[in-house]
Amino acid sequence: MNDGLILPAETPPAPVLPLKPAGKVLAVTSGKGGVGKTFVSANLAAALARRGHRVLVLDADLGLANLDVVLNLQPKLTLHDVFTGKARIEEAILQAPGGFSVLLAGSGMVEYSRLTAEVRDEFVRIIDSLVPRFDVVLMDTGAGISDVVLFAVSLASEVLMVATPEPTSLTDAYATIKVLVGQQQRQTVQLIVNQSTRPGSGQAITNQLQQVLDRFVGTDADRPFRLLHLGDIPSDPEVRQAIMRRQLMMQYTPDCPAGQAMTKLARTLEKTVLPART
Amino acid sequence: MAQMPTYWSPRLRAHARSMHPAHEFQVPDSTVAQSLDFSSVSLQGLQLEDARALLKHDAQNIQQAADESGTAYLQRLINGLCDLSLKDPLTGLSNRRHFHAVLERSIDGVARSGESVLLLLVDIDHFKSINDNHGHLAGDQVLREIAGCLAHCLRPMDTVARYGGEEFAIILPSCRPFFGRTVAERIRQAVAALSIRVSPLVTLQVTISIGGAYAPEWVRSTTDLWIERADQKLYRAKSAGRNQICLDQPQELSVSAEEKGLLFGHLALGETGAPDSPSRATPLDAEGHPLRESTYEA
Repeated sequence: MNDGLILPAETPPAPVLPLKPAGKVLAVTSGKGGVGKTFVSANLAAALARRGHRVLVLDADLGLANLDVVLNLQPKLTLHDVFTGKARIEEAILQAPGGFSVLLAGSGMVEYSRLTAEVRDEFVRIIDSLVPRFDVVLMDTGAGISDVVLFAVSLASEVLMVATPEPTSLTDAYATIKVLVGQQQRQTVQLIVNQSTRPGSGQAITNQLQQVLDRFVGTDADRPFRLLHLGDIPSDPEVRQAIMRRQLMMQYTPDCPAGQAMTKLARTLEKTVLPART
Repeated sequence: MAQMPTYWSPRLRAHARSMHPAHEFQVPDSTVAQSLDFSSVSLQGLQLEDARALLKHDAQNIQQAADESGTAYLQRLINGLCDLSLKDPLTGLSNRRHFHAVLERSIDGVARSGESVLLLLVDIDHFKSINDNHGHLAGDQVLREIAGCLAHCLRPMDTVARYGGEEFAIILPSCRPFFGRTVAERIRQAVAALSIRVSPLVTLQVTISIGGAYAPEWVRSTTDLWIERADQKLYRAKSAGRNQICLDQPQELSVSAEEKGLLFGHLALGETGAPDSPSRATPLDAEGHPLRESTYEA
């Protein structure tokens, strides 16, 4: 009876789920759309894959998946088939051009933009079965604070928030972080500033957001919320070129400024978030 | 004007359109010319009487002008028929088919751009009793007057449709959540202020109930779900006593003006300029949006 935004009153609140193993399931999200979430997910996955990690990108943007378009893939089986029991999960996992795996939502997932109990259970089951098979699972989620997005994010051990330096994008990122702190008791969110035009501005933006969050978001004094600056991706003409050619930037121009930044992001993740490799 | 490669899949085409709504993508003309060859068609060979009769009934000029070529005339007839197939004959508003097409397109826009689009469903209160007490011609007159009033209350970019018997639907693109109630209230009051003369001796005062719902931003919803949410609100307005509005407000990202003021310190510090030159700060409007986007998008 709703579009996934508002749960009917009689639906019980989502149970608080234990977070997935540290550093393994990362949600890539944003406050508003069009800031490069899918671009970051795909290229960060490729950057991690180049560094030897087994990576899977899960298209969790159920209502509006376009990872297939970005990667120029035409899947025969998708998450939709897994949800409806027509395929097993391993049959729907595809090899993407950057050396990583993807599980695409498929356009039939529109109906799952409503978060029902079945969708929740199925989602948890899918992530559970992906975790042992990969070093990193990146969830490309939708934008904003619809309950599907919040649910997907709640399953992640870390949240990577993508924002551009524009006021609208930052306002929405801030509002989303507020919800994540308030509703999900997140203690950290990693900020990625995309299309940055000035070196160092990402750290300044992070500090600014942290200051406002400290002032307006009440958190436990013993467990304060920390917004961490994961890195910047500079505004780079190669990015646009790659998107227009429908090629993965990391595959064709990994050494362009945005590509180098992506590699740096992957290295930072290794140092801070990902579990140590044995 | 950009051209989409012919080998792109329908899904990719749809994606490209939603990514670049400002560009009118066109299928290359060559493919159209190959598939449709009208060179052997002559006006004399066509049976156009029904089309002409329909358009004439709609008071459209169906006579071929002396200097008009056969192709131009045929195009004009086709345009007239297309027009006709999108209109409700009684009220002249969009019909249900056109309404659904616009709603479908709105969902694409909302999903990609996060634009605020409001759907209003309008129902005339106690319409059955008008028909019963004053006859169906009076009912028709009421429908026409209210249709005209609705159309008059709205912007040219809005779509007003006759949705069913005494029900109308309105799609308001780029309607910020803050304005929705104001617009709906203005419509309700405008209709309540009408005096509808249904016969020389009888004028009627009619009221309407309005239910409305915003499309969920950034989510690809379906037209059915969206209409259903608005319909539930209409039902609530009706059961709460009619002649009122009930809107389903979108979940708001609550950021106060004070928070916004503090958030954009980095702009004053100069994402584009030096930290010590506050004069280059991007001017912000009341909501913290820059007044000139280009000043910081170097």
